[in-house]
Amino acid sequence: MSAAVCCSNLVKRYDGRPPVEAVRGLDLSVERGECFGLLGPNGAGKTTTIEILEGLLPATSGEVEILGRRWGREDDAIRQRIGISLQETRLSEKLSVLETLTLFRSFYHCGIAPEEALRRLGLEEKARAWVGKLSGGQKQRLAVAAALVGDPELLFLDEPTTGLDPQSRRQLWEIIADFRRQGRTVLITTHYMEEAQRLCDRVAIVDQGRVIAHGAPRELIASLGGEHVLEFTLEIPTADGRPAADALLSLPAVSDVRIDDGHFALSVTEPHVALPALLDHLKRSGHELTSLTTRHASLDDVFVKLAGRRLDAEAAA
Amino acid sequence: MNTPAPPAGRAPRQHPFWQLVLARVREFYREPEAIFWVYGFPILMVVTLGTAFREKPAAAIAVAVEAGPGASRVVAGLEAARRSFNVAVAGAAECRARLRAGQCDLVVAAGADAPPQYEYVFDPNRPESRLARNAVDDVLQRAAGRIDPAVVADREFTEPGGRYIDFLVPGLLGMSLMGGGLWGVGFATVDMRIRKLLKRFLATPMKKPHFLLAVIFSRLLFMVPEMLVLLLFARVAFGVQVYGNPVVLLMLILLGAETFAGIGLLVASRAATLETVSGLLNLVMLPMWVLSGVFFSSDRFPAAMQPVIKLLPLTLLIDALRSVMQDGASLWDVGWQVSMLAVWCGVTFALAVRWFRWT
Repeated sequence: MSAAVCCSNLVKRYDGRPPVEAVRGLDLSVERGECFGLLGPNGAGKTTTIEILEGLLPATSGEVEILGRRWGREDDAIRQRIGISLQETRLSEKLSVLETLTLFRSFYHCGIAPEEALRRLGLEEKARAWVGKLSGGQKQRLAVAAALVGDPELLFLDEPTTGLDPQSRRQLWEIIADFRRQGRTVLITTHYMEEAQRLCDRVAIVDQGRVIAHGAPRELIASLGGEHVLEFTLEIPTADGRPAADALLSLPAVSDVRIDDGHFALSVTEPHVALPALLDHLKRSGHELTSLTTRHASLDDVFVKLAGRRLDAEAAA
Repeated sequence: MNTPAPPAGRAPRQHPFWQLVLARVREFYREPEAIFWVYGFPILMVVTLGTAFREKPAAAIAVAVEAGPGASRVVAGLEAARRSFNVAVAGAAECRARLRAGQCDLVVAAGADAPPQYEYVFDPNRPESRLARNAVDDVLQRAAGRIDPAVVADREFTEPGGRYIDFLVPGLLGMSLMGGGLWGVGFATVDMRIRKLLKRFLATPMKKPHFLLAVIFSRLLFMVPEMLVLLLFARVAFGVQVYGNPVVLLMLILLGAETFAGIGLLVASRAATLETVSGLLNLVMLPMWVLSGVFFSSDRFPAAMQPVIKLLPLTLLIDALRSVMQDGASLWDVGWQVSMLAVWCGVTFALAVRWFRWT
């Protein structure tokens, strides 16, 4: 059986002065039944990529296959079997939730009853409410419900939880995980690494239009050489200067050192070994700690290692 | 709430075209402002213009007579006349105050008895004041024994369908059809594009012609009641009659609504902002507002312009509406206009479908 999504050497160039290459030779393969995440900072080309895969944007060059079919030849056959939630859609505010879903259901040959989609998304009580009266989280769930009424084999979700409160976000994760448990395929874009780690079987980290790493979140994190991160900052260094990266790297259980503007991050395999050694080292060299934390390594650390900057740097700015 | 949901794949399915039409209709009727602009505004227009241009029944002429010995002679003379006068007797100062306030059109002061002498006080800048002076003078001269040498007969011209309001109402119907079609379709379409709703629809297996036809078709459902309300109002308030076949009139209304909806769709087919589409809509509407003979006959424009003017969709529509409403023309009589409108409708829709941008 063919892969759910397969694309190779995908390029998207926007004409202009200068021309912008949003996607520069991107390869992806999403297997049936998995939840696959496209992870990357804003502007990495995630949305452009997913919209090309959804058949909404033409690629400048490259091959795309969705459920074993190609855009331009079997569009209707593909559309009947995929569900899409765009990054931003303002559905008609004056229609009720149920009316909106009935409308979307009418476009598909086969699908689930609008009421069933409401039940799955926990929106039964809002069936008669106008879309304009829903909260942000409810609107987002309605958008996903509209993607589910066609009973798709493959679900595309572009930043589905951006701007949602933590509770709405978790609710949506639950729904996506449910869908995936039915043996369906999900392709999701996000710039929240926690989301990718929780939801995705595999992720591709995208930066500047290219995949810079892909694999299971756990494997990617393991590739850092340590599953823990020790972060600390120091008082203004004494006469003998800052601790050298070499010195830190030679400490036991430390596999990597990053120094960013006075902020130190060590990748560590065993924190209970590394931590006493670090404290001892700092004491001997006369440095004083102002902060010290340990945490599990995340996909953000993978991104930082590969791209040299933080994943959420743009998002936070 | 606890009824088991139908299994996947066998859920009842509505036809997408009717669902799209239903969505447009619901959105429209749930927007109170839209209701006013569509139904209230044209009626307001007919009321204003109809009242302004309505021919008034010959109103009674208000005359104030200065109290005095000759006053009763004046009053008797005016009351015996065929024309109706509204006569009041008052003191000289009171009479002038009434004239100044516009409560009467003329002040008459009677003087000596034989021969009778009268003094008229009137405002030469007010037409009704001049009219009152002449009418009163006529009556008083005859009462004093004047014999008119010529024999005249008065016949009033009140041919139905020939009044200005009868000319105006078909023009307003056409104008409303144009405004409703262009603004309604143009704005709603660009709004849906901005909201990325068009893109969302594109992401479903929805058939594109279903959507575009639904946008145009739903226009009919708004325009036909609007036109009926307008016609009914014009009839009740101003006695405007339809002399032609109402079925032909309805056909013209439908065709007009479709044509302008098609043009609206074409204008909005690529516009990405509301500013762009308003500019384009005004650009399209302005020449027709001016040239197509809404308020006065388009024949008044130079002959060199006529071939162009006659082909504008609004001219075609208004000409046909006037022929049917005022002259009782048959479908055959307006065949040229109907076929040209059908061409406009078909061509603009086809181009709109071709150029339409969904994202």
